Amino acid sequence: MLDKSKIGHQFDSFTTLVELGKLRFFAKATGETNPLYSNTEVAQAAGYAAVPIPPTYVFSLDLDSEELMPVVSVLGLDVGRVLHGAQEFEYFAPICVGDEITVTSTIKDIYDKKNGALDFVILENTYTNQQGVLAATTTSTLVQRN
Amino acid sequence: MTDITVGTEIPPLTLPPISRYTLALFAGASGDHNPIHIDSDFAKASGMPDVFAHGMLSMAYLARLLTGWKAQSSIRKFSTRFATITQLQDVVTCSGTVVEIIEAQGETLARCEIKINNQNGVSTLVGEATVAL
Repeated sequence: MLDKSKIGHQFDSFTTLVELGKLRFFAKATGETNPLYSNTEVAQAAGYAAVPIPPTYVFSLDLDSEELMPVVSVLGLDVGRVLHGAQEFEYFAPICVGDEITVTSTIKDIYDKKNGALDFVILENTYTNQQGVLAATTTSTLVQRN
Repeated sequence: MTDITVGTEIPPLTLPPISRYTLALFAGASGDHNPIHIDSDFAKASGMPDVFAHGMLSMAYLARLLTGWKAQSSIRKFSTRFATITQLQDVVTCSGTVVEIIEAQGETLARCEIKINNQNGVSTLVGEATVAL
């Protein structure tokens, strides 16, 4: 049983710079060959300020925090028993190389199912750029097998 | 302006077999270094038969399905449930269908059901995307 008093807990926000080399590595790792995701000139010709991050890379911005997945220590999760249950993205503005994105993350809910055999943790994140524009939001569902 | 209607199918995307190399590259590139995906000893000690694919790797493939079909700037919402674990050597296919055309905030939007099936026809990811037309 996880500590439900942590519902509403907000993690320290942090700011991360979007880097071209990381996006090129991500494109390679996901088999993406569209040059929009690796070439600045192609991206600018398509109307972007620079190479845009692909849709799910928003989630990778979370992982630039000082501590990988701080929810693990706050709730005492066992990473060997945690699965990613669901993931939602909503997009409001492009995020491109050179942007400095501030990530905030809040524990929105904690509940269990199957008489405590499964614990669920819902995280809600916001991604705001250096101009103060909200670029994206996400909701992540983590499931711990007990 | 568009020939996309309810029932339009998004051109499917089949990926090469998932290998340990795939998972190692994705761990590094995505920043998800959870050892359950890259360290067989750790995975077995956690009760799993072996390492298995990151859910977000599959979701990145689904994103490629979408951006291969429509410009990324037209994607408004994108969500999935991770239904079944993707194992080593699985061959997964991403597909999607437009299920509704809606008007919202001055835009025409296609709501699409999207999924990934493995080589046995089992759905590993099931989700939805809303795309501006």
